[in-house]
Amino acid sequence: MTDIRADSATQAGEAGFGDYVALLKPRVMSLVVFTAVVGLLVAPGSIHPFVAFASIVFVALGAGASGALNMWWDADIDRVMRRTARRPVPAGRVQPGEALAIGLALSGISVVMLGLAANLLSAGLLAFTIFFYAVIYSMWLKRATPQNIVIGGAAGAFPPMIGWAVATGSVGIEALLMFALILIWTPPHFWALALFMKDDYHKAGVPMLTVTHGRAATRRHILGYTLLLVPAAVGLGFTAIGGAVYLAAALVLNLIFLRGAIRIVRRDEAAAEADGYATEKRFFRFSLTYLFLHFGALLAQAAAGAWLFGG
Amino acid sequence: MPIAREHDLHRRRLSRNVGVGLTLVAFILLVFGLTIAKVQRGGTIEAFDHSFRPGLAERHERGQGQ
Repeated sequence: MTDIRADSATQAGEAGFGDYVALLKPRVMSLVVFTAVVGLLVAPGSIHPFVAFASIVFVALGAGASGALNMWWDADIDRVMRRTARRPVPAGRVQPGEALAIGLALSGISVVMLGLAANLLSAGLLAFTIFFYAVIYSMWLKRATPQNIVIGGAAGAFPPMIGWAVATGSVGIEALLMFALILIWTPPHFWALALFMKDDYHKAGVPMLTVTHGRAATRRHILGYTLLLVPAAVGLGFTAIGGAVYLAAALVLNLIFLRGAIRIVRRDEAAAEADGYATEKRFFRFSLTYLFLHFGALLAQAAAGAWLFGG
Repeated sequence: MPIAREHDLHRRRLSRNVGVGLTLVAFILLVFGLTIAKVQRGGTIEAFDHSFRPGLAERHERGQGQ
C-alpha cells in the first residue's frame, strides 16, 4: 500500500476542463454569439453556411479569449468581490500564467482563423474588440474612471458589427445602429447591477459611478442613458433591416424599459433598502430580456421579410 | 492518505485531457469543413502556375489596360 499523499497545492492548481470553459465567460460568450449571429443573418448578401458557422465559432473564441485575459488581469479585484470570487483564477483552480497563455493563444487563433474563413475586415474588428476589452477597458478604464462602463461597453457592442462584416465585407448604418444599441444599453444594465451589489465595487476599489458620484446620481444616469437608448433602438426599425415586426417589439420594450428607469430615479435609498432593491433587480433582469428580444425581433423581421417576399 | 484509484485529482486531469483532445478534434474538423466549403466555391483559386491559361491572361491584360 502506497503512502504518497496528493499535495493540496497541486490539487488547487489542477484545473478541470470545466475551469477552462469558465475562464472564457460562457454566459457573456452566449450573448456575443447571439448578437453576432443576428448581425450575420440580417445582413444582405449570401455566405456559405459552413463558413458562416465557422466564423461565428471564431468570434465566440475571440470573446472567450478576451474573457480569459480579463480574468488574468482582474484576479486581484475578483478575489475581493462576492460576485466574482469563485472564478477559476481567484479560486486558485487556474494559474494566472495559464489564463494569460490561453487568452493570448485564443486571441491569435481566433483572429487569424476569422481572417482566413471570412475576410480581413471582420478579423480586424475582432482583433480590435479583444484589444479594447482586455487593454482599454480591463487594464486602463475599469480602475481609472467611473465612465469605465460607458466606454468599455463598446467591446460588447462589436459582435453584431463583426457578424455583419463577415456577411458583407463592409460596415453599414444598420451595423452601426446595432453597435449603438448595445453600447448605450450597457451603462443602465451595469449601473442597475451596481446599485444592488453595492458593497462589491466599493470593497474592490473599482470607481463605479455608485462609488464616485453617489447612488442618486447613478439613478439619474440610468434614466439619462435610457432616454438616449430609445431613439437608437427605435431608429433601427427605420433602416433596411427594420420593419413593422421590429418596430412593434421595439416600441413595447422601450416603453417598459423607460418605465423601469423612471421608477428607479424616483426611488431613494431608504425605499430601495426597504424592499431589498426589488425595482433595481427587476430592471436589471429585464435589461437582459430587452436586448435579447431586440435582436430576436430583428431576426423575426428578417424571417418575415423572407417569407413575404420569398427570400 | 493513500491515493485512491478515483481521486478527484485524477478526475480533473481526465476531464482536462479529454476536453482538450475533443477541442483539437473539433478544430481539425472545422478547418477541414472550411477547406471543403472554400474549394466548393473556389471561383478565384485559379492562379498562374507556369502553364498558359487564356482566361487568366485576358483578366491580366484587362487589369493593365485600366
